[in-house]
Amino acid sequence: MLIPSIMKTLSFSNRILILLAALLIIPSYFTPLWQISLWAPQYPEGLNMKIWIDHLSGNVDQINGVNHYIGMRHIGDEMFPEFSFLIYVIGVLIALGVIAFLIGKRWSLYSFFGLMTFFGLAVLADMYRWGYQYGHNLDSKAAIKVEGMSYQPPLIGYKELLNFLAYSGPDTGSWILIGGVGLLLVAIIRDRMEKPALVLKTV
Amino acid sequence: MEKKVWLLAIGLTALALAPGCKPKGAQTAITGDAASKVYVAPGNHDEFYNIVSGGFNGQMSVVGLPSGRVLKILPVFSVNPENGWGYSEESKPMLNTSHGFVPWDDLHHIAISTTNAEHDARWAFGNANNTPRIARIDLNTFKTVEIIEIPNSAGNHSSPFITQNTEYVVAGTRFSVPVGEKNDVSIDSYKENFKGYISFIAVNPESGEMNLSFQIEAPPFNFDLARAGKNKSHGWFFFSTYNTEMAHTLLEVNASQKDKDFIMAINWKKAEEYVKAGQGTKKKAKYVHNKWNEETHSATSTMMEDVLTLDPTVLKDIVYFIPCPKSPHGTDTDPTGEYIVGSGKLAAIIPVFSFTKMLAAIESKDFEGDINGMPVLKYESVLHGEVVKPGLGPLHTEFDGKGFAYTSMFVSSEIVKWNIETLEVVDRVPTYYSVGHLSIPGGPTGKPHGKYMVAYNKITKDRYLPTGPELAHSAQLYDISGDKMQLLLDFPTIGEPHYAEAFPASLIKDRQVKFYPIEKNQSPYALKGITDARVERKGNEVHVYMTSIRSNFRPDNIEGVNVGDEVYFHVTNLEQDWDVPHGFAIKGANTAELLIMPGETSTLKWVPDRTGVFPFYCTDFCSALHQEMQGYLRVSPKGSSTALKFSTGVVE
Repeated sequence: MLIPSIMKTLSFSNRILILLAALLIIPSYFTPLWQISLWAPQYPEGLNMKIWIDHLSGNVDQINGVNHYIGMRHIGDEMFPEFSFLIYVIGVLIALGVIAFLIGKRWSLYSFFGLMTFFGLAVLADMYRWGYQYGHNLDSKAAIKVEGMSYQPPLIGYKELLNFLAYSGPDTGSWILIGGVGLLLVAIIRDRMEKPALVLKTV
Repeated sequence: MEKKVWLLAIGLTALALAPGCKPKGAQTAITGDAASKVYVAPGNHDEFYNIVSGGFNGQMSVVGLPSGRVLKILPVFSVNPENGWGYSEESKPMLNTSHGFVPWDDLHHIAISTTNAEHDARWAFGNANNTPRIARIDLNTFKTVEIIEIPNSAGNHSSPFITQNTEYVVAGTRFSVPVGEKNDVSIDSYKENFKGYISFIAVNPESGEMNLSFQIEAPPFNFDLARAGKNKSHGWFFFSTYNTEMAHTLLEVNASQKDKDFIMAINWKKAEEYVKAGQGTKKKAKYVHNKWNEETHSATSTMMEDVLTLDPTVLKDIVYFIPCPKSPHGTDTDPTGEYIVGSGKLAAIIPVFSFTKMLAAIESKDFEGDINGMPVLKYESVLHGEVVKPGLGPLHTEFDGKGFAYTSMFVSSEIVKWNIETLEVVDRVPTYYSVGHLSIPGGPTGKPHGKYMVAYNKITKDRYLPTGPELAHSAQLYDISGDKMQLLLDFPTIGEPHYAEAFPASLIKDRQVKFYPIEKNQSPYALKGITDARVERKGNEVHVYMTSIRSNFRPDNIEGVNVGDEVYFHVTNLEQDWDVPHGFAIKGANTAELLIMPGETSTLKWVPDRTGVFPFYCTDFCSALHQEMQGYLRVSPKGSSTALKFSTGVVE
C-alpha cells in the first residue's frame, strides 16, 4: 500500500501549487533575503544591513565602524563565500521545483518540500556558523575586551549586546520563499484530505 | 470712629495709587499661558527656521521658532576659527576681495530665495556692508557657497533684496562715491563727481550662481533699503533714499533738511530690455567672484574686469522718484504688491503708496519735476493714504497676509499694527528696547505665515543677567495670530541682528545633506581609503595625505620634517555617517583647527618654527576612543638629513 500511495498522481490544482512554490523562489534574486538591525542611544534611527543573494547593502560601513571597537572582523562581501554559489543553488532549487511539478506525483511533492525545508535549515545553520565565527573570532588587541571574548549576534529575533539592541531575521525574499514552502504544505494537506476511496480506486 | 474710617480710606487710596506711580513693565505685558506657546518639548522640532543676520560679526545665526533656540552660527564674511572657515587652504579664497583677503564684514540683511513670491528656501543671501559683497548660502548644507564683490559701491546697505522668482538680487550703495579712473577727487566736489550705483546681480535659476548683470548709475544719494515689487508690481524695484540734499559732511544735520526725500522706483524689466538691446556701456571695474565647489571641497576666486552700466538720464522709463517724507529707511511692499510703505524715520506719519496710482501717474505724466531728466512723481497722485500718529521713528514694516501691516517704531520702542486698506492703527505693543527690524515667517513674500513676529532690538539694558559693558542684543517673539499682539518670549541673540527672515522648517528639513559621498570627493588631495595615506616632499613643501576615521589618523607618526618647511596636512574624513566630523590641530600652528565633515578633505598649512616632536589630535569628540585619536610629528633642524618616514600602528 505504501509505495503505491507515494506513487499517487497529484490533482492538477496541487501540481499548480508546486509550480507556484518553485516560481516564488525567483524573487530571491531581486530582493534582500536577510536583515540585521542595530539600535543604540546614538543611533535612534537604527543601523540596518541587508543580505542579498550575492551581496550586502545598507549601513555596512557604519556597522563595521561600531564593531571594530570590540575587534569584530570587517564585514564585507568577501566574507561570504556563499555569495559565489548561492545563485546556482537557488537556480537548481527552481529547476527541481519545476521538475516536481512536471512529474506530478505525491513523492515529487514530498521530495521538493523536504528539499526546501532542508535548504531553509541549512541556511539557518550556515547563518549560525557565520555568527559564531564572527562573534568568537574577536581581535585580542581590540580597544574594548568583551567578557568571554564572544559577542554573537542573534540568529533570529532580538538580543541586547552592550549598548546595542540587535535584531536578525528574514527579509522580503525569504518571506516569499517561506510563503512558497507554505503552499507546498497546503498541497500536502489537500492531497491527504482527498477521499481514501479515490486512492483505493486507482490502486 | 468716623476719624478711623477716614484714615483707613486715605491709607487704602495711597496703597492703590503707589504702584501706579511707576510705568508698566514687561511683567504686565505677559498675559495668558505664554510659556506653553514657546515650549518645544525635548525631542521635538521648532516649526520655523529663522535665519538671522549677525551684523558686526559678519555671520548668520540659525534660530528655531517659537523656542528662540540658536541652532547654528553660520560663517559668511568673517573668519570662523571654530570650523577653519577662512583658515583652511580650501576656504581662504572665499574671503578674497579686490583688496586682498578680508577677514571680517558687517552683515545686515537676509533674503531667502522665492519662487512666485513664495519662499522656496533653496538659498539665503546676505550682504557685506563694509567691503561690498553679496553671499549665497546653500540651505541644504548651511554653508556659504558663493561670494560676489560689488564694484563702484560703498556701504552695501540697500542689499541683498530679491525679485519674486529670485531673478535678481540687488545691491544699492549707501555711500555714493567717485568711480572709474578719475576717483582721486576733492570730497567737496561731491555733486559733480560722486555717483550712486544700483547693482542687479542675476541668479541662475538652477544652480543659484550669481553674475553681476548690470548697474544703474543713479544720482549721488544715499540708498538705504529696498524691496522688489511682487505679484501685480512684479518687474519693479523700490529703493529708499536719504541725503537727497547731497551733503558730504555732518549728515546728521545736513541730510535732514528736506521735508521729503524719495523712494526710487526702478522698472527692472525695462532695464533688462535695454541690456538685451545692447544699450549698456561696458566699464572697467575690478571685483572678485568666489565660488565654493562641493565636489572638490574647495573655493576659487576669480578677478572680474568690467561691468555693464545703464545711464537712466539717457535711457528713459527706467527710474522714477516718489517723494517720501523725511529720510525714509524701510520701503516695503505688501503681499499683493499693490502697496508700497515708506518709513520716514523722522516723519510723523507713514505714507502708503499705490502701485496702480503710480502707473497711472507715469502714464499721464503727472510729474512735479525731474532729477537730471528722471521724473519726480507728484506725492498726492501716488499716495494711497497716510497712517496718522503711528508712533515715533517708523523703520520697517512686515505683513501677516491677513490685511495688516506691522511697523517698528525705533524712537518710541513699540510695534504698531495697522490695516493696510483703511490705514487705521488697530493695536500697539511695547518692545524692549529700541526696535529695529521685524520678522514674520514669510513676511516679505506674497504668502506670509501670520502666526509669530520677532522684533530685533538694539538695546537690552535690564532684560538679562548683566555681562559687563557689552550686553547681548535682544529679540522678542510675539503671537500675532489674534487681534492683539501678545508678547511670548525674550531671547538673546548672537552678534548684532538687523534683518532676519523665517520660513516653515518643513521646506528644508528633510533635504539636509548628511555627509559627502567619499566616491564623489574630487579634491586633488582626497584619499579614498586608509591604504593611500602617505607623506611626500616637494622641495621645502611637505604634503601629508592623511585619513581620519574613528578613531585614528593615518599616518600618525611622521619624521623627516625640518624647521621652515611648509607642511600641508590634507586630511580626509573617511566617515560616511551623519554627525561624525573629525577635527585636526597641531601644536604651535599659527592658524585655526580644521573641522572636516564626513567625506570631505581639508588642508591646514603649518610652518614649524623650532625642532621637537609635535603632537596633533582630533578636536571634535568623535567616539569613546576620541582621546586616543592623536599622533606625533618630529621636526629636525633646517637642512637636516633625517629621513622622511611615516607609519601607523607599527610598534618596534
